[in-house]
Amino acid sequence: MSAIDLTHSGPPAAARQSRRSTSWITLAAAMVSLIALLPLAFIVWVGIQTGWDTVVALTFRPRVGELLVNTILLVLLAVPIAILLSVALAWLTERSDVPGNRWWSWLSVAPLAIPAFVHSYAWISLIPGLHGLWAGVLVSVIAYFPFLYLPIAAALRRLDPALEDAAAALGLGPWRVFARVVLPQLRLAICGGSLLVGLHLLAEYGLYVFIRFDTFTTAIVDQFQSTFNGPAANMLAAVLVACCFVLLGLEVIVRGEERYARVGSGAARQQQRARLGRATLPCLLLPAGTALLTLGVPFVTVGRWLLAGGADVWRWDEISLALGQTLVLAVAGALLATVAAMPMAWISIRAPGRLQRLLESCNYIVGSLPGVVVALALVTITVRIALPLYQTLFTILFGYALMFLPRALVSLRASIAQAPVELERAASSLGRPPLRALWSTTIRLSAPGAAAGMAMVALGITNELTATQMLAPNGTRTLAMAFWSYSGEIDYASAAPYALIMVAMSLPMTWVLYVQSKRMAGR
Amino acid sequence: MSFLELRDVAKHYGPVAALAGVDLTVESGSRTAIVGPSGCGKTTLLRLIAGFEAPDRGRIALDGKLLANGGAAVPAHRRGIGVVAQDGALFPHLTIADNIGFGMPRSAEKRAEHIVELAYIVGLDKAILKRRPHELSGGQQQRVALARAMAMKPRLMLLDEPFSALDTGLRASMRKAVAELLEDAGITTILVTHDQAEALSFAGQVAVMRDGLFSQVGTPRELYFQPRDRMVAEFLGDAIIVPAKIADGFAISPLGRIAVDTAERRDVARIMLRPEQVVLKRTSREGMSGTPDMLFGEVTDSEFAGSVCTIAVRLLNSPDPPDAAAIGNTPLVLRKTGMDVPEVGEIVRLTVTGKAHVFA
Repeated sequence: MSAIDLTHSGPPAAARQSRRSTSWITLAAAMVSLIALLPLAFIVWVGIQTGWDTVVALTFRPRVGELLVNTILLVLLAVPIAILLSVALAWLTERSDVPGNRWWSWLSVAPLAIPAFVHSYAWISLIPGLHGLWAGVLVSVIAYFPFLYLPIAAALRRLDPALEDAAAALGLGPWRVFARVVLPQLRLAICGGSLLVGLHLLAEYGLYVFIRFDTFTTAIVDQFQSTFNGPAANMLAAVLVACCFVLLGLEVIVRGEERYARVGSGAARQQQRARLGRATLPCLLLPAGTALLTLGVPFVTVGRWLLAGGADVWRWDEISLALGQTLVLAVAGALLATVAAMPMAWISIRAPGRLQRLLESCNYIVGSLPGVVVALALVTITVRIALPLYQTLFTILFGYALMFLPRALVSLRASIAQAPVELERAASSLGRPPLRALWSTTIRLSAPGAAAGMAMVALGITNELTATQMLAPNGTRTLAMAFWSYSGEIDYASAAPYALIMVAMSLPMTWVLYVQSKRMAGR
Repeated sequence: MSFLELRDVAKHYGPVAALAGVDLTVESGSRTAIVGPSGCGKTTLLRLIAGFEAPDRGRIALDGKLLANGGAAVPAHRRGIGVVAQDGALFPHLTIADNIGFGMPRSAEKRAEHIVELAYIVGLDKAILKRRPHELSGGQQQRVALARAMAMKPRLMLLDEPFSALDTGLRASMRKAVAELLEDAGITTILVTHDQAEALSFAGQVAVMRDGLFSQVGTPRELYFQPRDRMVAEFLGDAIIVPAKIADGFAISPLGRIAVDTAERRDVARIMLRPEQVVLKRTSREGMSGTPDMLFGEVTDSEFAGSVCTIAVRLLNSPDPPDAAAIGNTPLVLRKTGMDVPEVGEIVRLTVTGKAHVFA
């Protein structure tokens, strides 16, 4: 009798329940995306208020064309160079027997600990005549290539060597195995990393100010400083948003809908490292040269300024205040962004579809807006609608969450993709209700990814400049703000301690990122 | 001239010897199985033959051509040896058709037709070709892996536990299908497995491996009935091993006077019987009296499991026992057909058919 009862009522109830939990997650993701759309809605609203003729006049003018060319060239040059560099470094450190590969692997991630504008500051004080597009490409690649190196190295570590063996047994030489089996499987990592780097290039401000290279973001900040929230700044922002649309569209097309979890059963074999033999020395030049440019230059320059400044530049009361404020903002903002990214990451892997693509793009677009645009929107909204929230901790954290959501999302999505859905189903079949099944399998397994995402966000907040300046409560002076104001007065020596502290603070977070990416691959 | 020859092949991983000097000869067009417990080195051996790794020592030659000699080895992609891995190792980023056609040049004539033909040979439906590996069942994935390996017309096919992920029913039928298919194509095959039944039924030559060495190499029949030692005997199936006094082609043992497979031996040694050589006949306690040269036992346990049942028989009398105490306490465990199995407590008469094997 009881068996009949079970078959009668069991499955439909379970199905209903799982559908309900999916839709709750979808709802949460939609809510987050809607809130994230606020700054975008703000731009549209300003555009409507401005009137069509003014919009056309402000958008179609030589200055915008010039900025567009600059920005496109920057992305088209810097991203491919960064991909090449990252793939080569990742292969050398993960799959070859290059001496000291663990060291080189860490040194390839370490540049993340140095804020982009500190890289720029280092280069401009080393070579004062460094200007223009190629300077921009150089410093951009140096500052941002680890965003590509990290996912590519992690993906390389995780590849099932049985596939490469199979390809070799089918008659393919090492180079063709790499091109036809390894490279296609790095696609997800390369796409994700390129998008991240591209969006950073569009949003970066401080880096390009130092080397006097004009992009949309620097132009928007200029406009804002001269005319506050005038329509010209907003129309430039609109074009920038269009650029982000293009990047996102490209990534979605190239990424495709592959499944990247391992097919088949059993544990993957340990990978073998390629023997470099006589090529070892030339191969060593790449990581060594990269480390010299990305780490050597900033450390030598900052060191030089510190020596020149002596004990006078260490104003401890000022520094400790800035340090405390930066820490609080970074940790709180990282938590908020990661929690907000969770539902989105889950549905993008488990329930992909048109709605999810749409929601995800919303998050990316907002995350790719320069800090100043998000800040501008939040300033105006709080001033007009919710004045008590103007320049409060809530508003600045909210702004951070909007800006850094994609960072949390990319890491979360990649790690959820690694947790096969079968495990969640197994947990459900072992009697866990859907949400607890999710918790005990996918969330537990993707925890390293979530931690990596949080570290990324905290890192971003520590080094964030423009939005912090506009949104933070009165009297806030973070490390980045202090650094910027000193270096703006060409007091490079006084700025040096702040650069050093930012790097020192970012290092542990970068280390966490590095370790987690190793652990994710099971080592 | 044999087709594949391995001489003193050794491989170490750090201090661990995965292979400690292995010799093997495989005839052209034959099927060989390498069987052993996990960690015995059989997969390492396969990887050395495939060329994924180079041996530390020894020679590997295929069809008269040297593939590996000490550390120098022809890389895998120049060997033309087909490999089917345990889980198929299908490329997740390619369709089934592209997986099968992976080893063919893109410009190859009639590439598409050839792919369809291969799919047909391994028993895959044409509709499956547009799908991705993760949409296929385990059995289908294995068939794709086989078709992919066959596409480049290998002279030698290596199968690395290809059936272990399949369920029992499918496993036997896949095994038979693959064996026939490769035989029809005239491809020499080496199968690596930890499943002795699979090894015995698949191959013409079986090599039992343990701790990086071959314990014995021979036909399935030789290995099963004339194992070299206790380990081989017990690895390949249940065995009854008892001490016996041997003379003139007979053994005097706790199981009575039994014919053995050697006429020269004249000493005390251990002999081995397969349980299926012991025939049971129902009788009663009354039937035991007055027949001192016959062997009787009492059924102490009986486990029904469908076609084959396991029963335990305790010997009641034992003519001329050299080791009577030990045998008397340990019941013989026998597998019998499910039809008409004696119940617990019944008395049976035991007789031995065929010859017992004498261990060295």
